[in-house]
Formats: sequence, structure tokens, C-alpha cells
Amino acid sequence: MAASGIPPLEAMAMSILVYAGASMLAAAQLIAEGAPALVVVLAAFIVNLRLLMYSASIRPYFAGEPLGRRLLVSYALVDNPYALFIQRFGAHPEAAGKFDYFAGLAIPIWLCWQASVAAGLLVGNQLPAAWKLEFAAPLAFIAMSIPLLRDKQMVAAAVSAGATAVLAHGLPLRSGLALAAVVGIAVGLLAERFWEVKAA
Amino acid sequence: MSLWLAIVGMSVATFVQRASFLLLPPHVQLPALLRRALRYVPAAVLTAIWAPELLLQKGVLSLAPGNERLLAGIVAIAIAWRYRVTFGTIIAGLVALHLFDWMF
Repeated sequence: MAASGIPPLEAMAMSILVYAGASMLAAAQLIAEGAPALVVVLAAFIVNLRLLMYSASIRPYFAGEPLGRRLLVSYALVDNPYALFIQRFGAHPEAAGKFDYFAGLAIPIWLCWQASVAAGLLVGNQLPAAWKLEFAAPLAFIAMSIPLLRDKQMVAAAVSAGATAVLAHGLPLRSGLALAAVVGIAVGLLAERFWEVKAA
Repeated sequence: MSLWLAIVGMSVATFVQRASFLLLPPHVQLPALLRRALRYVPAAVLTAIWAPELLLQKGVLSLAPGNERLLAGIVAIAIAWRYRVTFGTIIAGLVALHLFDWMF
């Protein structure tokens, strides 16, 4: 974030208001390239499409909660609390204590995240460029994406999306990312159909 | 000013995405196809973010051994696949990048 020329105040505000790391990394790259605000927002929207999926997936667990609580869950819904929550409650959407459990995950994760961003903004610029720390961003995305590849359909979706992103990287306004998402989803669905038919 | 515009826009878009389904009335059901399609979003989008960073050098596809980022990325992928650890993957990838840079 610091390397992209976003001032610390703006970066911290983004961290608290947006609170979605992957989209912030993508946005920082685009801002460094001088992309217009609309392009940045669109790229963030695409990167954060997975939050839409989390929202749909977590909905049955919080359907009975008051609006205020559902808004709080919405704000705090990022990858780690989502994954840990689903691991715990999985097939038991009717179990008690779901909101408290989610809060118990989400609050420490939020605090750690904001503290880490602040620390990064304070010392990030003083770290030597020779350490090549900018490569940590793609590595973080590798670390997030590889464990998701639990079946053949998922691998097909990921590989086709990755290939599309590489081939379409020259398209204007970073539209290659949106195209890659669409291709990946379509290939995943087709692969599902293909392997179902084969198995039947 | 355009930076604040981007920040506010991102905040609104991201919040709407997260709140979307959580705020739907309980009786509304999502179409099965949409639910199945959404399953593929994380793997597709996250891979589409890192793939160009590894495979392109200055905007050109590079599969040669001189592409240290690709080699280091392969090490990181192997670690992520085998151990499923975030921090370990990042460290392994960075160490591998320096190693390959020193070798070639």
C-alpha cells in the first residue's frame, strides 16, 4: 500500500472502510498506475465477488437475527472468519450461539488486521527494495487460492480463469479480470456437468 | 480527490456485496444455478489475480527459466498445496525468489 503512493491517512481509511485486503492490494496497484476511480471501484467489485458468495452462504445462519446484527456481520464478513465459522457450524444452521461465535472470531481478526496495516504503513517505506517484498502480494493470493482447489471442477475453473487473465491482460480498464471471472465460472459449471454425465 | 472517490466507492460496493444476501427476507430463495456459479468465484478470481504476476514479464508471456517469479511461484504453489499455510507459503515464495535470483 505504502509503495503505491497512497498517503497513510487514506490507506488507513481504506483499510477501515473497505476492510477487504485482496481488493485493497488490487486497488493499490491500479492507483499506482494512475487508473481512474471508477476502474479502481470496478476492479475491487470483481475481486470482492467472493464476498457475495460468503453472504449467500452464511445467510441461513443469521436469518433470524435482528437487522443491526446482520449489518455488523456484513461489515466483518471476510475470508478468515467466514471459513472458521463454516467449519464450526457447517451443517447446523439452527445451533445456538452463532452470533457470539462469529463476533468472537471477527473482532480479534479485525483488530489484528488494522494493527498490521498500521504497522505496515509506519515501517513499510523503510524496508529495503532489495528484499523484493512486493512479491508477497501475489504469494498471498496463491496462499488463499490453492487450498480452495478441492475438486476437479474447482481446478478447471481456476486454471481457465488464470489463463484468461494472462491472455487478456492487455485489455483496457483491467477488464481482463472480469472476463477471467466469467470464463472461470462458466468452465467450472461445464466441468461439473461433464464429470456428472461421465459418472452417470 | 479521485483517491477519496475510489475509497468511498470501494467501501459502498464492498458493503453492498457482503450485506446483499444477509439482508434478503428469509423466504427468498436463490436460484440453484446462481448458487452453483457463486461457488467458483473465489478460486477463479484469486487465481486470475496472481497468474499474470507470475507468467508475464513486462507484459510478455515468459515461461523461460530466467523468469524467477514463475519458479518461485511454483515453489509457493507446492507449499500451499501440501501444507495449506498462508504465512509459510509467502515466506517460502520470497526465499525461493531470492534463491533463483542469485542462481540465474
